[in-house]
Amino acid sequence: MEKYKQKNRHVYWNPYFGGFLLGLLIIFTFYMTGRGLGASGALKSGVVTVVHTIAPEHAENNLYYSKFIKEGESPMNNWLVFEALGVLLGAFLSGAFNNRLGFRVQHSPNITSRRRLIFALSGGVLFGIGAQIARGCTSGAALSGMAVLSTGGFITMLSIFGTGYLVSYFFRKNWI
Amino acid sequence: MGPLIPNGIIPEDWNYIIAIFIGFAFGYILEASGFSSSRKLAGVFYGYDFAVLKVFFTSAVVAVIGLYYMDYLNWVDISRLYVHPTYLWAAILGGMVMGVGFLAGGFCPGTSLCAVAIGKVDGIVFTIGLVIGIFIFSESFSALEPLFERSNLGHITLVDSFNLSPYLIVLVFTIIAVVAFYFSDWVRTKVKKVFY
Repeated sequence: MEKYKQKNRHVYWNPYFGGFLLGLLIIFTFYMTGRGLGASGALKSGVVTVVHTIAPEHAENNLYYSKFIKEGESPMNNWLVFEALGVLLGAFLSGAFNNRLGFRVQHSPNITSRRRLIFALSGGVLFGIGAQIARGCTSGAALSGMAVLSTGGFITMLSIFGTGYLVSYFFRKNWI
Repeated sequence: MGPLIPNGIIPEDWNYIIAIFIGFAFGYILEASGFSSSRKLAGVFYGYDFAVLKVFFTSAVVAVIGLYYMDYLNWVDISRLYVHPTYLWAAILGGMVMGVGFLAGGFCPGTSLCAVAIGKVDGIVFTIGLVIGIFIFSESFSALEPLFERSNLGHITLVDSFNLSPYLIVLVFTIIAVVAFYFSDWVRTKVKKVFY
């Protein structure tokens, strides 16, 4: 049984099955709330909250933070924050059922974990900046946008994947 | 008629509870589809694993067909749904920065949260990077504001952009997705296998 579990750690759902369920979830989300899914928005609320707590005046004078600060209400009091908590729970449970929990660095055998982590950090910084510029990430802008035929959603999706293919050559050592 | 919460059919108080349930399903589906693994995600750019393409486009096609069908049946008023606004240059440039970030980091925000949940250290580091990136953007907002606010085309859809029937657009989008699925399977037979 243990051996069977080890062997099946990397067996995932059929992508069309996962995609079909995700599509139903997007429909349900729009049907209930009138909006789509998101991910980066929760992290933005976190950043706004921390900055506003440490340096309230600075946050209120900043044109970006101040968009998300309301009198007498924490920026954490936000739909996307609760959704992100659910994401963590759901992913944890799926990982637990499939024996995928554990602290490890996943990387190609051709690179060191140190290199992997440096690239992960810089990739995260870029993605964080890009998601703010485009007003949403792959979930909020591209996926939820495409579900209602938003022109911006399609442009962002094409731009993310198009750029990805253009620069993939330079990052090949990290992945293949 | 939907959307239920904005139309007051389900009270606003339920909004956050529903948010947790929706997030739970979102996280579960992403993790079970293998999206907590950066090497699986990156496969789409090197042709050894097309899970990203298949999950992403299947869900978009299912969602858009479903929502337009529900609109046709009068179950939901599609004009009441939130359409992500189009800021032309911000969408293009933001997408480009995200594209480089994706290849360098191997995740996007939703998938990195899934990786965090199962303890992947590279996912945790990527998420810390996201927070730093959001902070850098916010602190340099006065310099980036012209780009951020420029060329606002409003909440437009492809129906407005191409001036075509939404049903025709959905049909074309579905055909493109199915062709892409067949094409990706063909590419995969030509590319050297990567084990991870």
